[in-house]
Amino acid sequence: MDHTIKVGGAAGQGLQTVGGFLARVFARSGYHVFAFQDYESRVRGGHNFYQLRFSDLRVLAPRRPVDILVALDRESVDLHAGELVADGFVVYDPSELKRTFESDRFVAVPFGEIAERNGGDRVMSNTAASGAVLGMLGMSPDLLDVVVEDAFAAKPGVIEANRRVARAGWDYGGSNCPRCAFRPAPRDTAKLLVEGNQAVALAAIASGCRFYSGYPMTPTTGILDFMAMHAERHEIVVEQAEDEISAINMVLGASYAGLRSMTSTSGGGFALMVEGLSLAGMTETPLVIVLGQRPGPATGLPTRTEQADLLFALFAGHGEVPRVVFAPGNPGQAMRLVNKAFDLTEKYQVPAIVLTDQHLADSSWSLDGIDPGSFTWRDYRLRGDAFGSLEEYRRHAFTSDGVSPMAVPGDAPHLVVTDSDEHDESGHLTEDAVIRRRMVEKRYHLKLPNISAEISPPELYGSDRPDLLLVGWGSSYGVMKEAVEHLSATRDAAMLHFSELQPFPGESMGWYVDLMRGAGEAICVENNAGGRFARLLRMETGYTFRRSILKYDGRPFTVEELLEEIDGHPG
Amino acid sequence: MATLDDYKGLKPAWCPGCGNFGILTAFRRAMFELEVEPHEFVVVSGIGQSGKFPHYTRCNTFNGLHGRTLPVATGIRLANHDLPVWAFAGDGDCYGEGGNHWLHAMRRNIGVKLVVHDNQVYGLTKGQPSPTSLPGMNVTSMPTGVLVDALNPLPVALAAGCGFVARGFSGDVDELADLFKEAWRYRGFALLDVLQPCVTWNKLNTYAWYRQRCRPVGPDHDPTDFDKAFELARRFGDSIPTGVLYRVERRTYEEKLPVLAGGPPLTGRPQGPRRLEQTIREFH
Repeated sequence: MDHTIKVGGAAGQGLQTVGGFLARVFARSGYHVFAFQDYESRVRGGHNFYQLRFSDLRVLAPRRPVDILVALDRESVDLHAGELVADGFVVYDPSELKRTFESDRFVAVPFGEIAERNGGDRVMSNTAASGAVLGMLGMSPDLLDVVVEDAFAAKPGVIEANRRVARAGWDYGGSNCPRCAFRPAPRDTAKLLVEGNQAVALAAIASGCRFYSGYPMTPTTGILDFMAMHAERHEIVVEQAEDEISAINMVLGASYAGLRSMTSTSGGGFALMVEGLSLAGMTETPLVIVLGQRPGPATGLPTRTEQADLLFALFAGHGEVPRVVFAPGNPGQAMRLVNKAFDLTEKYQVPAIVLTDQHLADSSWSLDGIDPGSFTWRDYRLRGDAFGSLEEYRRHAFTSDGVSPMAVPGDAPHLVVTDSDEHDESGHLTEDAVIRRRMVEKRYHLKLPNISAEISPPELYGSDRPDLLLVGWGSSYGVMKEAVEHLSATRDAAMLHFSELQPFPGESMGWYVDLMRGAGEAICVENNAGGRFARLLRMETGYTFRRSILKYDGRPFTVEELLEEIDGHPG
Repeated sequence: MATLDDYKGLKPAWCPGCGNFGILTAFRRAMFELEVEPHEFVVVSGIGQSGKFPHYTRCNTFNGLHGRTLPVATGIRLANHDLPVWAFAGDGDCYGEGGNHWLHAMRRNIGVKLVVHDNQVYGLTKGQPSPTSLPGMNVTSMPTGVLVDALNPLPVALAAGCGFVARGFSGDVDELADLFKEAWRYRGFALLDVLQPCVTWNKLNTYAWYRQRCRPVGPDHDPTDFDKAFELARRFGDSIPTGVLYRVERRTYEEKLPVLAGGPPLTGRPQGPRRLEQTIREFH
């Protein structure tokens, strides 16, 4: 079984409530879930949808065909009824859409009336809708209570009424669904449901991040919100800055003072942070920047997805700034790579950038669990007595590996001095040519080989002698993997996914170039117009793709769409 | 105990006679007389002649970017609210490039002591007008002379909620050293705007020009009187009041933030992740 439910409506109608509710129930029931959101840059009105896919097998990406369309408004019917599978149907409230559909593909459920009658308020009609869909699917009602309790934890006064409404919706859906042929799979152990942004924020907390500053910007505002909500428990200062320039400079101040620190933003905000990125490079101050990409240029499509900022992240900053750049493809990778970004920025004192995009940031995946022991943390700073016991201290002392011990100012009588100007070992500004040369070598040449040695190779999935090889990076991980699984029925297909992009996986890992050269056809799959990754790969390895599949309408690939493109018959 | 010599840093690269020397002398004297050790505080500076300041004394130093002094200072202060933080900036640095940060740092009332070397001109880039340049002044980048009215930062600071607003003159080192001490003792955000002749590029606002005009507010001034402070702050003509124009106690941002309030600074607590299981449980 592999079903897709789409909840469509206007902004402000609560379709995320319905979608999120359903997604949680399925994950708790042990299903594999993937959910993504498509929304406009507005608070009320317009057209948005929440699409969730659940299965007894692993699901990683969106599919196009819809089994159940929950239409909260008329426009949802007009736009999405055509996406239904042969036995799919629309669930709607005639009083809300002000119309009754006669076709047996439409199932009328009076969400508003159920809410009013059982909960005393029409505002609970989303709860009624969630219950009705679960009733139609024959899902056990046991989980309704638990999920209602979770969903309304902040408003305990309405929990009881919502429970009654959910149950009434479930009863109605179960007994008024002539077309329902769903057979729920046997329940497995409960799964977790994690959004990309949540995975990033959780990993930051797990990495010992103690200072966060940012400025709200889609699609990473969820990171700011998550950090703020958990600031007290984890003893983190979370500061909303007056702008992104301030945010990155606050982060550098806090990092200099001794805390692991992070900021997050999108392309426009990152543009403002570039000056600070260069400062981080010069002062060798650790920081993690999460750059959640969205379609540009300029404001672009603020709530949609694109992978166009790869080269910007790689080359941003005046002067030669060594850096680490990672691009996770799912929440599991996001957690691992945010943790690794913190470790490397602290260890080598170079900035670390984690590239996500709206598709990863806003989508939810089910996971079997999160192991707190999977995160590494090691303190690389000189603190307290360890600092005080030194004979002397120079913040930017020359060392064999270019890394100078970073001490916490105020912890000892030694002074901690750093400068955005070129500086000597003590941190004082200098224009001496010999010191300049040695400092550049220290910051750049000495550190890079060691950082490169920490970089993992790309992930190969599928055949190791592929006839067809899909190559990509970041959030296209899931869709490529599912396409490969589909294609493997008839041919030797494989996916090569890059998530650690700077330093680029080195010469000793050149096997992947041989793999691309040896493949019958290697196709680069990217959510951008210019083939950013293909250019990077050519620059780093000399390999040139003969074919790319590029999508730049602001929407993520669906599995079907990618398969059609591969076949050369765009649908 | 620190000696005056402990506050001696690199040899300044300022022009002979530069107004910055008075600021440096007053600061070193104030810190020595306060019996503070050089490692017991941090100085954050930006870019411009003022940005070099911390190198010419001895202190923990973050010499950052032009205009970005206050965000760095804010980050340090939030990470370690036991560590006093001075921010040294110039008039172009703070009121021009960093204007937004300045407004919001005052509004936040973070415990940072901001000293603005206000010479009413851009020195390091050789003579262009600054936000505080007076109309009609000759500058290198405008053949017409300055056309735009000058920004008077003190009334802006009062309007933005700054609880400590003071003005000094680098030609009066005794008064200036006292102002540094007053700012040191103030818990919230303190603005000390220091008028400072640029002997090379500002031929209008010279030592003589400032000496004729600068008048200490004297012991009779009530620094808690906002209206009086505002009236004094607006004066920048034949007479320029110096001293602490306004000082009221307000809860600082560090005192309001629940994660910091009443506790040790974050840098003084055990590092590393904590209570992770609780948050992971939220996903179940």
